[in-house]
Amino acid sequence: MMRVQLTVNGERHEVEVEPRLLLVHLLRDVLRLTGTHIGCDTTHCGACTVLLEDRPVKSCTVFAVQANGKRLMTVEGLERNGTLHPIQEGFVQEHGLQCGYCTPGMMMTSYAFLKRTPNPSEDEIRHAISGNLCRCTGYVNIVKAVQYAAARLQEGGA
Amino acid sequence: MIPAAFEYHAPASLADAVKLLGQHGDEAKILSGGQSLIPLMKLRLATPRHVVDINGIAGLDYLKEEDGVLRIGALVREADLEDSEFIRARYPLLHDTSRVVADPLVRNLATVCGNLAHADPANDHPAAMLALGAEVVATGPRGERRIAITSFFTGPFATALRGDEVLTEVRVPVPLPRSGGAYLKLERKVGDFATAAVAVQVALDPAGTCVHAGVGLTNAGTVPIKARRAEGFLRGKPLDDATVRRAGELAAEEADPVDDVRGSAAYKRDLVRVLTARALRLAAGRAGAGR
Ligand SMILES: Cc1cc2nc3c(=O)[nH]c(=O)nc-3n(C[C@H](O)[C@H](O)[C@H](O)COP(=O)(O)OP(=O)(O)OC[C@H]3O[C@@H](n4cnc5c(N)ncnc54)[C@H](O)[C@@H]3O)c2cc1C
Ligand code: FES
Ligand code: FES
Repeated sequence: MMRVQLTVNGERHEVEVEPRLLLVHLLRDVLRLTGTHIGCDTTHCGACTVLLEDRPVKSCTVFAVQANGKRLMTVEGLERNGTLHPIQEGFVQEHGLQCGYCTPGMMMTSYAFLKRTPNPSEDEIRHAISGNLCRCTGYVNIVKAVQYAAARLQEGGA
Repeated sequence: MIPAAFEYHAPASLADAVKLLGQHGDEAKILSGGQSLIPLMKLRLATPRHVVDINGIAGLDYLKEEDGVLRIGALVREADLEDSEFIRARYPLLHDTSRVVADPLVRNLATVCGNLAHADPANDHPAAMLALGAEVVATGPRGERRIAITSFFTGPFATALRGDEVLTEVRVPVPLPRSGGAYLKLERKVGDFATAAVAVQVALDPAGTCVHAGVGLTNAGTVPIKARRAEGFLRGKPLDDATVRRAGELAAEEADPVDDVRGSAAYKRDLVRVLTARALRLAAGRAGAGR
């Protein structure tokens, strides 16, 4: 067992883990942050996307021990004091989800993307989310949701 | 899927990493981006007893030009190449390549050096580095040694690295004047490995004659292939339509693909022919545009 310290959504945690524990299982099973989904479990779908030091990564393909000393953000970190983040609002307003399975990963990728690219073109959005698979929406409304969030954030929405 | 149990090591220095590799021999695996190793461990196709994570070693994430060489350190991620304006402008072949490796999430972790060390004939960087005439630096207990990329890939998933060596750097010669490069890959969907792909790097003289050509092929054999006959044919010729077409035919002859789920050998061979010609046109255009 190894001791791991990490910050998730601004909160510090210290846990004992087996080295083979995957980050997604640390988040879901140990810290009980079940917003992060497991889709394929084979590094293909992006449902498990979280931010590791601000970069979106597939948490099913990182060991929990690799997050020692690191800062993470999960979908639970988007909402503040009962107010949805503009990216969440965008998915609601633009009907950016159907079953919702891909949504947490999609939002984490979009959140990180908009921080770096506040005024993106449609092509840039599509390139950015190309590692997150959605089997329901056909992506059109997801792109609109990201555009909605970009506009809101530009007006100083959050 | 849960990997087999292992002992985790996070050395803070290269010397410690090399020492750990020496101590544990065949039972140890280096972890860099983990985007090939961890999926293999989850499938238990890899069951290392010791995992040596090199991500905590400071000073391995440099990407810089120095003394006529672009130096890419072991912890440079694919996303670093993709996002670098400097790489896009000066090494379009590397920029093209980094944009089509896996998907954006994988690229945030996957390293260029790991892509070479993994030595999957379907990995994208090996062909690019063959076209660019790169060299890699292996650091072991007796210090550093340099290995030409042409003698690095020794078989499918096998390289000239020894068990106690870390691939610490890729060295790419800076482009000649009027150089251009391109990487063209056919993939079934984003994030897929290449059905086949072609990397080219050319340099022209002021009159537009090709003075240097590098051509590398992805997933066109059991190892990454350097299409030497196509390269030799291109040198000394203007890159007109007949020339690039003929180079495509030569590269297709040099390809030695096998049937797999992504396509038949015949299909891949024909892809090499078409993609080589297209990549040469694109590279020649970029070279002409003063890149
Ligand atoms: C869904 C998916 C799609 C992918 N698609 C593509 C694709 O289209 N094209 C492509 O090229 N790749 C693709 N990959 C592979 C990905 O780019 C890998 O991450 C890359 O091949 C290996 O880099 P890494 O840094 O992740 O290495 P790791 O996974 O950490 O290591 C891979 C192997 O190399 C060894 N190694 C790593 N670094 C070093 C080093 N510095 N010195 C010595 N040995 C080392 C490890 O011990 C291990 O055996 C894909 C991966 C996934 C999961
Ligand atoms: S569950 Fe991690 S990529 Fe699908
Ligand atoms: S909403 Fe169902 S997978 Fe995207």
